[in-house]
Amino acid sequence: MSATTAAVRRSAWSRLGTIVRRNKMASFGAAIVVLVALSAIFAPWLSPHDPLEQDVLLRLASPSAQFPLGNDSFGRDILSRILWGGRVSLYVSTVAVFIAIVVGGALGILAGYVGGRFDRFVMAAMDVLLSFPTLVMGLLVVAMLGPTVGNLILAITLTAVAPFARIARAPTLTVKERDFVEAGRALGFSNLRLMAVHVLPNVLDDILVMAALWLATAIRTEASLSFIGLGVRPPTATWGGMIREGFENILDSPWLAILPSLAILLVMLGLNMLGDGLRDTSDPRLRHE
Amino acid sequence: MSSAPALVVDRLTTEFRIDGRWHAAIREVSFAVGRHETLALVGESGCGKSITALSIMGLVPRANGRIASGRVLLDGRDLVQLDERELEATRGGAIAMIFQEPMTSLNPVLPIGFQVAETLRYHTSLSKAQARAQALALLEHVKIPSAAQRFDDYPHHFSGGMRQRVMIAMALACKPQIVLADEPTTALDVTIQAQVLALLAELKAETGMALIFITHNLGVVASIADRVAVMYAGDIVETASVEALFAHPTHPYTEALLSSIPRVDRDAGALKPIAGQVPPITAMPAGCRYADRCPLRVERCATMPPLVALSGNREHEVRCWVRTGDGGAAS
Repeated sequence: MSATTAAVRRSAWSRLGTIVRRNKMASFGAAIVVLVALSAIFAPWLSPHDPLEQDVLLRLASPSAQFPLGNDSFGRDILSRILWGGRVSLYVSTVAVFIAIVVGGALGILAGYVGGRFDRFVMAAMDVLLSFPTLVMGLLVVAMLGPTVGNLILAITLTAVAPFARIARAPTLTVKERDFVEAGRALGFSNLRLMAVHVLPNVLDDILVMAALWLATAIRTEASLSFIGLGVRPPTATWGGMIREGFENILDSPWLAILPSLAILLVMLGLNMLGDGLRDTSDPRLRHE
Repeated sequence: MSSAPALVVDRLTTEFRIDGRWHAAIREVSFAVGRHETLALVGESGCGKSITALSIMGLVPRANGRIASGRVLLDGRDLVQLDERELEATRGGAIAMIFQEPMTSLNPVLPIGFQVAETLRYHTSLSKAQARAQALALLEHVKIPSAAQRFDDYPHHFSGGMRQRVMIAMALACKPQIVLADEPTTALDVTIQAQVLALLAELKAETGMALIFITHNLGVVASIADRVAVMYAGDIVETASVEALFAHPTHPYTEALLSSIPRVDRDAGALKPIAGQVPPITAMPAGCRYADRCPLRVERCATMPPLVALSGNREHEVRCWVRTGDGGAAS
């Protein structure tokens, strides 16, 4: 399996590279995403201050040389909190979307490949999941199990599994009828191998596009849950949590809420541009629209 | 001539369910192929050639098809009785198949070298590096030019003929005793056809594998086959050595097939198409299936004729009341 995945990964990355090079919108989006991701990964080194360090004297202070984006109602450095908040938001949503891709993708390919009653059962279950609005599903899980990072990831995963199952199933239905699957069967490959090695790489394009778009949705869901207090507990910095705290002083210090909102906006913009760009290059029909 | 046959197909009947009823697509098909031997299965579209191949491979679609009776003996094992796991080990191992469409039979998103090595890794205990080296040797063996440089190229970088060579390399990877080739040259240009046929003949001579070659092209049959089985509507109607078949085509269907191919030494006006078409499997006549299209039809054709050997040549068998009536009955 390692040889297989290596080959698949290599081809997926090289194709991703070609796509990004060919499409300006995708590359611009990718640049934003990479920038934000790097700032989140290197937050401990980039932040000028401890994001939790309070200073009553600097309460709601305006930007200064020492605190470029000013301070919040506890006198904490906003720049450092935005950098550290991105860490939490991106970590939670990336892990959640990754699990959703693995679980949803596997379910979708399996359902499409096996077909029949199993397919109908799995897809009906996915429809049930889809019938919950994203935020309601998140609320349900976190409210029932408690607001921990693990439960937050679980909640967001549950909202994203069904779309990935659907997006993986549709191309599987056509790929499994293609000659090379029959040829693989004639070479003695098992069904598991045919699914993992021969069907999967053929549905990966669709999944990648969806991944970018759903990462944006996941970040938004995470922010929404943190905003209503069901996300990661304070004082840990999260973008959603910062917006909520900023809301209390929205009239005299609007930037407290606006700055983390801009951070969310930036990532979502980058991810949507990346996703749309990827879709346009992988689906020639949409290119002219 | 040949010692123990590489593959024996014994009274194989495969059925398909259409509108809730089972209809036989091939009926009591029997033949044997020896080592080093090439058997050509010939017939027009819909006569059961490909179904025969799929039945041998155990690839008849489970949803609406089944092997109703018969045996497929390879090394004394009956492939029909094997479970899926044992079949998977056999396919691509002792028995392999080459498909008609080289353009679509390779996975478009995986490099060709990987696909050949995958077959080796799956059926043998070779390490990754060993499989890679052996896959490269195989690609060189099937005469892919500069195989080392092209090892990591994708199928769309290759022409149809080259892709068919890759397919052949995959089929031969684990040194099968028998290879089924289902119209492997039909989708190729005539010049490329000749190259691929030459390659197959060469590989066969080298490895001693048996080859079942499915085609509707009698010109190809003449150049590659040792023996021929002519199929019509799910039955073998005539089987003979390739020399005997072309010198003395005996079944009216074989005759008609031969006179319907263009030849440079004959007037183009002498080309005779066969009137009518193969009956659909839901409406098979009870007797001889060719009767409706046959110019020699007599009353007796309303019952099914058996496959009997001609008196002059024991290896030449024909399923026809008229043509075996005098010669066949006496023996």
